[in-house]
Amino acid sequence: MLWACILLPQLALDTVLRERDDPDTPLVLIGGPTQRRVLQAVNPAAAALGLRAGQTLTAARALADGFTCVEADGKRIEQLQQLLAAWAYRFSAQVSLHYPRALLLEVGSSLQLFGPWPLFEARLRQELGELGLRQRIVLASNPVAARMLANGHDGLAVTCAEEARAVLARMPIERVGLPQEAAEAFARMGLRQLGQVMALPRDALAKRFSAQVQLHLDQLLGLRNLGLAFYQPPDRFEARLELNFDVESHQALLFPLRRMLNDLGAFLAGRDCGVQRFCLHLEHAEGPDTQLQVGLLAAERDAGMLFELAKGRLEPLQLRAPVRNLRLVADDLPPFVPQHQALFDPRAQQAQPWEQLRERLRARLGDEAVKGLSAQADHRPECAWQAVEQGARASLQLMPGSRPGWLLPTPLALDDAGHRLLGQAERIESGWWDGGDVRRDYYRIETREGLRGWAYRDLSQPGPLWLQGWFA
Amino acid sequence: MGAVVDLDRLLDQRQVWRGRQVQARPLGLQPTGHAALDQRLAEGGWPAAALSELLLASPGCGELKLLWPSLARLTAEGGRVVLVAPPFIPFAPAWQAAGVDLRWLVQVAAAPVDALWAAEQCLRSGSCAAVLCWPERADDRALRRLQVAAETGQALAFACRPQQAANNPSPAALRIAIDTRPAQWRVLKSRGGMPPALPIACPGQG
Repeated sequence: MLWACILLPQLALDTVLRERDDPDTPLVLIGGPTQRRVLQAVNPAAAALGLRAGQTLTAARALADGFTCVEADGKRIEQLQQLLAAWAYRFSAQVSLHYPRALLLEVGSSLQLFGPWPLFEARLRQELGELGLRQRIVLASNPVAARMLANGHDGLAVTCAEEARAVLARMPIERVGLPQEAAEAFARMGLRQLGQVMALPRDALAKRFSAQVQLHLDQLLGLRNLGLAFYQPPDRFEARLELNFDVESHQALLFPLRRMLNDLGAFLAGRDCGVQRFCLHLEHAEGPDTQLQVGLLAAERDAGMLFELAKGRLEPLQLRAPVRNLRLVADDLPPFVPQHQALFDPRAQQAQPWEQLRERLRARLGDEAVKGLSAQADHRPECAWQAVEQGARASLQLMPGSRPGWLLPTPLALDDAGHRLLGQAERIESGWWDGGDVRRDYYRIETREGLRGWAYRDLSQPGPLWLQGWFA
Repeated sequence: MGAVVDLDRLLDQRQVWRGRQVQARPLGLQPTGHAALDQRLAEGGWPAAALSELLLASPGCGELKLLWPSLARLTAEGGRVVLVAPPFIPFAPAWQAAGVDLRWLVQVAAAPVDALWAAEQCLRSGSCAAVLCWPERADDRALRRLQVAAETGQALAFACRPQQAANNPSPAALRIAIDTRPAQWRVLKSRGGMPPALPIACPGQG
């Protein structure tokens, strides 16, 4: 078994930065009680102003101004960790959030699929970069060693226990996750590196220190196992994003929306499912949320496409009030079935699949805009067709040319002068069973302009000829 | 002697244009289904991956009779045919009787402002075999966009327009006017050949 530890050294700051479109402006995270606000993290631009983590807010304000303060929010970090676990679940079935701000993945069994470790690692780094997170990745033969080596290394890969032992021996004693007092005691004893501690006799160590120290050392060296709770992906996706200021235009909503949908895409890919319907809640300062439902005909999971569809529906929306927060909820997560394509499909190169085109049209023109036609076995013309999702043929076969190709939405009264009748009447009498009873004599007519029409005379209400279609 | 030019090749490349065509027509890639019409068109049928313009005396004057054989052929091959904002309801049983496979027929409802956009999207996507649209006030630019989209997506584009537009130049590869009295088709423009001088009588109509 090989364990990768992905350590996210700046998770709190990245959580905030990734949701902003101006990550290069000075920004600090603050926390602590109201009387004594403390800077918890600063971004590089803020550090350039002389701000440091651990300063009080008052001191920071005295040093510089023009930086943005954001409240550190544990809930959001927790949310992001869950998302990351969902993302990592794509790469390994054993993902653990045992340590805060770190992901543990069992990758030994994933290497077959994702290639040799350098490639795999590059892929992890690239995808984390796209999610807007800084990372340190270490590969080791057991999870505790991987986590502790990540304290001092980045990009290290040790694949066997002896190698791990050698690298661990050079780790400083205060960085290997020992209990605080034990680490201090070792340091005072002049043991600066873990190797020196490992060289001590076991029984002497057990006498002097608590059992926990020995346990941790054993787990670190892989002599004893650490029981990990593994991540189980949830059955729904929910993400909430606080904008912290009032947004009144669609344009300003697009960036956070894209970010959320990217998260959704990562989550869906991890669970190997698609999304058929999701709801975007636009939360206002007061009053109920504005809800934007995005429904698709088939499950999709491509983030770019979801964004385009959501954008198409967001743009015509009238905002009742400025938007404070965004919330994305997806309950309906059916399995994703990729479109299958023929190997020798002549149109494969630049073709956009029909499903995508259909969603794009529906997003702009409305949910009901794209329809197929189905023929029904009914003699009444207005009942003989239906707009349906998927076109279908009818069992009733007609003589070619006996019915018009175009049907008027509503019949049109004709005056007597402008046309002449061609041939005999055809009686259509039907529908007594469903209340839509008709008794009509249908004629082919020719108008003065030479158009061939299809018109009827209603036998139950004698009157003019009603034009119902064109033989085009 | 180095300047031996292959005449057939020149003809194939359409660098040399012959005034009177006497030879057998090349086999059309997209036959219209009307032999008399195919014979007189430069490509032996609809220009492939291009815009064809149908100029109607009035809506419903015979455009379906002209198009149905092609649409039936395309849908039978599993090609999708999209009607963008048709002026009337396509009467499904009649389309079925004409041989059109309704499973591959799609109707897109769009307001006049969106119709051209929708037609262009369908053409460009490459997932449609033919797209029919009824642009109301299409200028030269709009038609050119359709033409380019049809080339990109390798689809047949049909634009049905009123006959008043016949006097304006158009980027369409083929322009056919449909008359009702007498019932005939007039080829006004056929890219890569001379449009036939004589009108062609509609089949099956006196």
